[in-house]
Amino acid sequence: MIGFIIKRFINYAILSAIATLSAYVLASMILNPAARYYGRNPRPSDQTVNAILDGLGVNPNTPVIERLWSWLVNLVTRGSLGDTIHNTSVLSEMAARAGTSLRLLILGTVIAAVVGVILGVWGAVRQYRASDQIISYASFTILAMPSFVIGILLMILATGLNNVLGIQLISFTGEYTPGLDGGWWAQVADRAGHLVLPTIALALVGAAGYSRYQRSAMLDVLSADYIRTARSKGRTRGSALVRHGVRVALIPMSTYFAYSFATILAGAAVIELVFSWHGMGEFLFQAIQQSDINAFTGAILFNAVLVLIAGTLSDIVYAALDPRVRV
Amino acid sequence: MEVLNELPISEPIEEPVAARPGKKPVSRSRMVLNRLRRMPRFWVGLVGLGLVILWAIFGLIPNAWNFTDLDVYNMGSSPSATHWFGTSDIGEDIYAQTIVGLRKSLIIGLLAGPLASLIAGIIGAFAGYLGGAWDKTIIWFIDLLLVLPSLFLFVLLSPIFKSLSWVALIFLLAAFGWMIMARVIRAQTMSLRERDFIKAARFMGVGTWTIISRHILPNVSSLLIIDATLGVGAAILAETTLSFFGFGIQAPDVSLGTLLSAGQGAAVTRPWLFVFPAAILVWTVLSASLVGDALRDAVDPTSGVNRD
Repeated sequence: MIGFIIKRFINYAILSAIATLSAYVLASMILNPAARYYGRNPRPSDQTVNAILDGLGVNPNTPVIERLWSWLVNLVTRGSLGDTIHNTSVLSEMAARAGTSLRLLILGTVIAAVVGVILGVWGAVRQYRASDQIISYASFTILAMPSFVIGILLMILATGLNNVLGIQLISFTGEYTPGLDGGWWAQVADRAGHLVLPTIALALVGAAGYSRYQRSAMLDVLSADYIRTARSKGRTRGSALVRHGVRVALIPMSTYFAYSFATILAGAAVIELVFSWHGMGEFLFQAIQQSDINAFTGAILFNAVLVLIAGTLSDIVYAALDPRVRV
Repeated sequence: MEVLNELPISEPIEEPVAARPGKKPVSRSRMVLNRLRRMPRFWVGLVGLGLVILWAIFGLIPNAWNFTDLDVYNMGSSPSATHWFGTSDIGEDIYAQTIVGLRKSLIIGLLAGPLASLIAGIIGAFAGYLGGAWDKTIIWFIDLLLVLPSLFLFVLLSPIFKSLSWVALIFLLAAFGWMIMARVIRAQTMSLRERDFIKAARFMGVGTWTIISRHILPNVSSLLIIDATLGVGAAILAETTLSFFGFGIQAPDVSLGTLLSAGQGAAVTRPWLFVFPAAILVWTVLSASLVGDALRDAVDPTSGVNRD
């Protein structure tokens, strides 16, 4: 089992590394960081621009391979991801933003996985009943919405709710109220209030996909002989479903989770932007708009590491659920 | 030959067919159609999609306003008899704008979805048929694209595509929408490759490309049709997300995404600017995915992952 997980981990690690390096090369070929200096008035001299670009390590006159190598050497020897176009360290920018994104991602993914699995199992057990039909059509509808539409619709609903109640129960602009006075508890409550809508938005998108998948996996298991065997040897229906049904149906789910995690990441970035959070999603989009190669590569590295972690976690779950892997 | 001699040729075969016409073996496509006909989801999706397409074509005719018209006497008005979906801040008719945006989004979706399936079919069939180093390289490339969220790559590539026309966006969307289906096609091809008719073709000296296009692709065509249908919705979603953030369709072109982005700021105070285009978008994508899902069940009612 350990061998299996290590093998999978190495596979993911190599993939993440190649993804980051190719992101660097791709960004270097497409983005043109010099343009923002030439647009200035008075126009800086070529030497100045070259010196600035050399300082950042993004001068297009240097071959891409050379720049990639110095970026790698910088990362390995000094643990640095280079500087952003505003001359701040990419790593410190990311450290300031990562917490914001991780809070949304972890909460949203966990809620999505739990709710999705429960709804999927429920729908499979009560196939074609009213509750199953409602869950199915609801998840189809959610899957038909881009995540920014879900975010904005939730905002409209929350405004309606706030108006009805007459108080600002749910806040949805930014990640916290700037300049809020009060103790630690007031701060936590404020952040929690801001977290509600983005988390619901992300969890809805994830849960809709997971519930469809879990439902079909569960339907497959329900028709298997070993469920009947478990029932006939005296297990109750519930116990047979949970011990023998859900457990087996979760095995394909863990693979699906690893594959769908990139979609979750993209969804989270979009939701961050809609709710004007200053997280990694905004960082990535801004990096492209400002032609900031180092910042873009840093953001992709962040995502690649998250995919690596999610993939390894789902392999651990896979190995824990499937006894064939353990021998 | 002996078996043939034992079989009486004419009557005994004809008779049961005549006696029990219901038992007549039906062709595969007829079976799929029969299954489809009994699925309410298929009808809901098909009628929905048909209505949207008809509306996109003919919807502007009964409307008094064109999408470029500005009604300066009714700026920012709510839905009324003159402006069915209301107007924007500068007096644009939202109904007309929605139809023009819908046209562009539909065209992009209807072209990019099938194009992505075609790419998936060709690449997946090549990987599965050739095997070995080719297969390994292609699978690695697919995994790499699955690790990098394709939205981020779209955004990165958008500076190039912004300078080209909106048609380039179709190819961009297709270029990043084929990965998962290619893996499925590859797995199917690997089992097809060992079948006798493919072996026979190979030993007769038929070229790789001919085998793939004549024997493999027709055998996985049902999968590709399903994927193309589901891909329409996926492409529309990707296009609207990109255009919403200003990376996709550029002014003066209008799509549902740019329309939603324009209505975003007023979504809370004047919801009609946002809700009507959003509802049309959800309606379109939902219909396409219902049809795709029903097709998937009809073609392969026993497949575990896809079963409903």
